[in-house]
Amino acid sequence: MTAKLVIENLKHKPMRSLLSFLLIGVPVTLILTLVGLSHGMLEDSHERARGIGADIIVRGTNANSVLNASGATLSEKKFLELFEKWPHVTQAMGVVLHPIEFPLIVNGVDLPRLMAMSGDLHFLSGGPFQQPNDMIVDQYYAAQKKVKVGDTIHITGLGSTPWRISGIIQGGILAHVLVPLPVLQDLDSATGKVSQIYLKVDDPKNTQSVIAALKEKLGSAYPVWSLEEMTSMLSVNNIQGLKAFIYVIMGVGVVIGFAVVCLSMYMSVLQRTREIGILKSLGGSKAFILRIILAEAMILGLGGTTLGVIMSFGAQWLIRTFVPASLPMQIVPIWWLIAGAITLVGAGLGSVYPGLSAARHDPIEALAYE
Amino acid sequence: MNNGGGDIIQIRGLRKVYRVGDVDVPALRGVDLDVKRGTFLSIVGPSGSGKSTLFHIIGGLTPPTSGEVRVADQDLSKVSDAERTRLRKRTVGFVFQKFNLLPNLTARDNIAVARYIAGMDSKPDPEFEEMLRLLGIEQRLDHKPNALSGGEQQRIAIARAIVNRPAILLADEPTGNLDTENSKAVLEILRDLNRRTGQTILMITHNPEAAAYGHNTVHMRDGQIIDRS
Repeated sequence: MTAKLVIENLKHKPMRSLLSFLLIGVPVTLILTLVGLSHGMLEDSHERARGIGADIIVRGTNANSVLNASGATLSEKKFLELFEKWPHVTQAMGVVLHPIEFPLIVNGVDLPRLMAMSGDLHFLSGGPFQQPNDMIVDQYYAAQKKVKVGDTIHITGLGSTPWRISGIIQGGILAHVLVPLPVLQDLDSATGKVSQIYLKVDDPKNTQSVIAALKEKLGSAYPVWSLEEMTSMLSVNNIQGLKAFIYVIMGVGVVIGFAVVCLSMYMSVLQRTREIGILKSLGGSKAFILRIILAEAMILGLGGTTLGVIMSFGAQWLIRTFVPASLPMQIVPIWWLIAGAITLVGAGLGSVYPGLSAARHDPIEALAYE
Repeated sequence: MNNGGGDIIQIRGLRKVYRVGDVDVPALRGVDLDVKRGTFLSIVGPSGSGKSTLFHIIGGLTPPTSGEVRVADQDLSKVSDAERTRLRKRTVGFVFQKFNLLPNLTARDNIAVARYIAGMDSKPDPEFEEMLRLLGIEQRLDHKPNALSGGEQQRIAIARAIVNRPAILLADEPTGNLDTENSKAVLEILRDLNRRTGQTILMITHNPEAAAYGHNTVHMRDGQIIDRS
């Protein structure tokens, strides 16, 4: 009967109920989108790192953080010659990193070396670079920029010369945007230099021994990691500020859930003063009245969470449609529960004052309420 | 206090003072009243005479300021708010002038909610089903109040008030919002209920014709009983 009282009340004021669901759902969507983007972007980085086919990465002395898109400081010739002769190393490839629109990074690559290391690139259309200002993009970036092979584009922060799309590859290898290595080196005034070098070893079992030997030779100033180590460092916990940001958004979710439910329920209690008086005249106790208000708040919280989850699929669709390369977003179902719990806490807190206010109503005054 | 041979209500020296701002407003100024079980008692008097306050105290909606009020062997001057709430569950049933049905629920659910609050089975007993037929509302139970006439709403309210078989039915101007035909029907229902089941009924009314349906009439003025007939 409590459920019936609550549901009939929600049905009786459908616009109030829908608006409450919507207002509670928005922060849920915000939380799920933020978490989905964090997971999606990290998974995208993992996938592209794995797609290179390398076992070890060596970075310049200015790049001790895994997230640092460092400038090109490593001498390409010197280090490649060193690594290619190194025991157990079968392939070496230097790349230049150049940030463009956040969070994208263009990679300057020696294409034959990349194709050899990754086991070939899967061109969906077009092919390798034909001329200096050619660019290879993956299907996500092509969709985001709405470009096809043969089109030319200008990219902010990547010189004034237009870039011609020579090929569109299957995503998941190294970067969303590739340009010829010497062109990017010149553009960055770093001729003959690279930002990082990928190494492939003859047997993955030898990876750690090679890393140890390289560290001994290069010294601690040069970060040398296995690709496995590098991808494991790409986590929500290791990204400065991200966790705090997620906590802030969760806090916002609690506050909004609290405020919306408190306001909605307070209005509802005011509107239903007479009904509360009727229930009291029938012998409804304070606990009974409080239970009805709390149950209604919980339904608003659950409905808002459900709507928020549905809207997060909408957000994912929008992101995949408009910025699939820049903002890969995942749906993370475990966070449905977390966002739901956050919302219910907010809704529960928000229902306390209206609930107590309703429970304390004097039945005679409530019955006389017009 | 002596139980007085079957008195279901015994009131001695009842006073009730309301605080309005900084002013004390006496609503009842020493009421004495005995009501025997099975009585249909009409209470008449002008507005402000204290009739409704007397009802509210007998029905456990508000505590007395002083005096003794014994209802179905419970002294309401000594019980807590929670005990008065329990009294309203089973011992008394209310019928109001404005019907006071829950607008979001069907007539059936309005009756069921009274049983639910009293902790009883949601399905009323066969005797009650027969009562619904006598009230002439068995075909209207799945309608919400806004789809019912005033007379039908008041009959639903009567059904809700008696569904838990209360010792006392308190009817506060039950015909105040009804036309003559429906008023008569409701009054006859109350009289019939009293005759068939021995239901104790206290009814407030302004209307002398309505008051005549009761066995006895009590006249109130200025917070006191001034006449009994």
